[in-house]
Amino acid sequence: MIQALQGVKIVDFSWVAAGPLTTRVLADFGATVIKIESSIRPDPLRFEYPFANNMPGINRSVCFAIYNANKYSMALNMSISKGRDIAKRLIKQADVVIDNFTPGTMERWGLGYNELIKIKSDIIMLNLTLQGQTGSYSKQPGLGFMLQALGGFTSLLGWPDRTFPGTQLPYTDYIGCYFAAVAIVEALEYRRRTGKGQYIDVSQLESGISFLSSAILDYTVNGRVEKVKGNRCPYAAPHGAYRCRGEDRWCTIAVFTDHEWQALCQLIGSPALRGDKFATLLGRKRNEDELNHLIEEWTINYSAEEVMERLQSSGIACGIVETGEDMHRDPQLKHRQYFWFLEHPEIGVTSCSAPPIQLSKTPPRGRMPAPCLGEHTEFVCTNFLGMSDEEFVELSNEGVFR
Amino acid sequence: MDSREEQNNVTSLLSFRVLDLTDEKGWFCGKILGDLGADVIKIERPGGDPGRNIGPFYHDLVHSEKSLYWWAFNTSKRGITLNIESRDGQEIFRRLVRNADVVIESFPPGYMGGLGLDYASLTSVNPSLIMTSITPFGQTGPYKDYKASDITLNAMSGFMYICGDPDQPPLRFSVEQSQAHAGLHAALATLVAHYYCGLTGEGQHVDVAMRECFPSEWAQSVWFALKTNPQRTGPFIARHLIKRNIFACKDGHVAFNVWLGSMGQKTYNLIKWMEEEGMAGDMSEVEWSNIEDKNVTQAEIVAWEETIAKFFLTHTKSELVQEAVKRDFMLFPLNTIDDVVHYEQLTERDFWKEVQHNELGISVTYPGSPFRSTEFQWQIFRRAPLIGEHNREVYIDELGFCEDEFLALRQGGII
Repeated sequence: MIQALQGVKIVDFSWVAAGPLTTRVLADFGATVIKIESSIRPDPLRFEYPFANNMPGINRSVCFAIYNANKYSMALNMSISKGRDIAKRLIKQADVVIDNFTPGTMERWGLGYNELIKIKSDIIMLNLTLQGQTGSYSKQPGLGFMLQALGGFTSLLGWPDRTFPGTQLPYTDYIGCYFAAVAIVEALEYRRRTGKGQYIDVSQLESGISFLSSAILDYTVNGRVEKVKGNRCPYAAPHGAYRCRGEDRWCTIAVFTDHEWQALCQLIGSPALRGDKFATLLGRKRNEDELNHLIEEWTINYSAEEVMERLQSSGIACGIVETGEDMHRDPQLKHRQYFWFLEHPEIGVTSCSAPPIQLSKTPPRGRMPAPCLGEHTEFVCTNFLGMSDEEFVELSNEGVFR
Repeated sequence: MDSREEQNNVTSLLSFRVLDLTDEKGWFCGKILGDLGADVIKIERPGGDPGRNIGPFYHDLVHSEKSLYWWAFNTSKRGITLNIESRDGQEIFRRLVRNADVVIESFPPGYMGGLGLDYASLTSVNPSLIMTSITPFGQTGPYKDYKASDITLNAMSGFMYICGDPDQPPLRFSVEQSQAHAGLHAALATLVAHYYCGLTGEGQHVDVAMRECFPSEWAQSVWFALKTNPQRTGPFIARHLIKRNIFACKDGHVAFNVWLGSMGQKTYNLIKWMEEEGMAGDMSEVEWSNIEDKNVTQAEIVAWEETIAKFFLTHTKSELVQEAVKRDFMLFPLNTIDDVVHYEQLTERDFWKEVQHNELGISVTYPGSPFRSTEFQWQIFRRAPLIGEHNREVYIDELGFCEDEFLALRQGGII
């Protein structure tokens, strides 16, 4: 089957989350991604919980398996010059080089953009960092877990009377990575038309802020600092997550119009909801605590699945607060083949979410599971570099492929 | 960087035309393509996109030309009105499609087909067309007609369940995120299809399901690996150990984690400072780089966090951040939106962009480019369009309607 980015070769020095997510989606669309690793300094995500069957191991991290499906892994010792020479030989044949190290790391290896264009004049190089390549804070260390606080996200998730919880995820990584992918695909198209490569600097902070644009304008125009609203919405009620039957089971309900409200009243059939008190949006907003209480008195009697089905049948936006388990049995996700089940040599079948996109002619595909560390070193040397067996053995003995 | 910035004069997508039929679910996709240089024509129903009624508003004036939400996600687009439910409207739309590369739409599945404007029909007008459809759950399948708003999509994505406190309902962000995630993925997929079209001349249909666009790998992977679901933990991150992620300081909060192993050195850099101020307690004894999470008990983590929490209370956010930069440890301030807008780093990088709103005689500060390139410059080419602002330009100058026809179309409620 044809894929849109088939033939695009990416040398990928990135690790942990944001960079690997960028190359993962490009690989899903058909790009060949060679992940450069080293047993001396493996991708830290390889050591991250959870491990398959709860057994730790360098090839057993399930997050690593998701973020690195469809890629080759080459072990390369970048601390010695022969390792760096091999990297240069790979880059000579590549279209794209990506890393997410703190600024200066690639330069120390002699692999800064100014060096790379000497090796391959039309190379596309992308560096994805927390705060960009320039500015006083560009070298400040950190992770997406904390960067969401810097970017304003943490201040916008929570209940008015409680400590901000933050997400348990490196939230901005999931934004920066796809902007980086946008930049790379756009750069490939630009190169196709003009023959020119380019250097791209992605700041996760800056790309993340675009997701808060309306709140930013509310401040720059009106001077208002957006605050947390729990699950409430200023122009809808009921609007929130309501407890259903079972342990920690929830359904969200969002009612925007009178029509939806009447449908909900009819469904619940409680006289308490029918009164004038809740007949209008303003009435429902004014009495929102009581309203929520009455709604929950009804939802608690039903499973989340039942609540969703009944409300959706009445034309009301309603959805189960799904867990990972729910997602794996969700009929719509099944229909869209959202999970790729890829056979991994050490951990058996892995479940990897596909991109949220279907392309009618060149669909994304799960071709291979995430690689074991250095699994494709010899393959890459032979097939991509045309290296002789003798040279491979010689370099191996010198510790180049560690 | 200076020499590179001087070359920033070529815009990348110049010859690429996008017809944007979306409501708020898909605005961001067209904005991304527009800011990259595509000619994006936002097509609204006569009277304007209903999403123009979503706040916040300029000076809190609820008005279809003053929605900041509309402004924020419709920059770099031209705007026309067109009733595609009318026969004339459909005819005009097909003429526009002939000279377009991409159509973006976010109607319920089947709606475009009902008007004879689905992907298959439009390819008879333009065989290499790319059509990007953005819907809550996708074009086909048992949930394709389910209704959804932002909170529904949060819920069904697997993202919301783990957001919030254990004794409270799952939470969503107070600023809607579903349309932003979906718009970004849709823009990426559209560019992938466009690249393929450049190579082969073939268009295709791009089908984006919004609820799949949220980050949910964590929830999925924990269940798949361990057959348990990760829980809501409040201001803590639960992995092998449960670690506090948000700490109070003298004048606010900061985000900090006790990292060990390969990042233990960074933690030690903080402990050294605490030692200097006599507040490190027994934490000085720990060999931060040589211990991993698996060698540590939850009780030890809690005890360390208490010591650190006491120390943070003796300093302001700004002191902690300055030392984090100087001493190389991993800590960020918990910023509110005003802090973000005034953050030095963003000013130094010239991130914010002033955009003229001449109709109001004002200039407004917008978030700038999500990435920088040596070759093409992301920019806000124009503020979001007013209702029908470019009708005359598109219908008369480009499509060649005469004044009488233009008037007839307006009076007929078609444009």
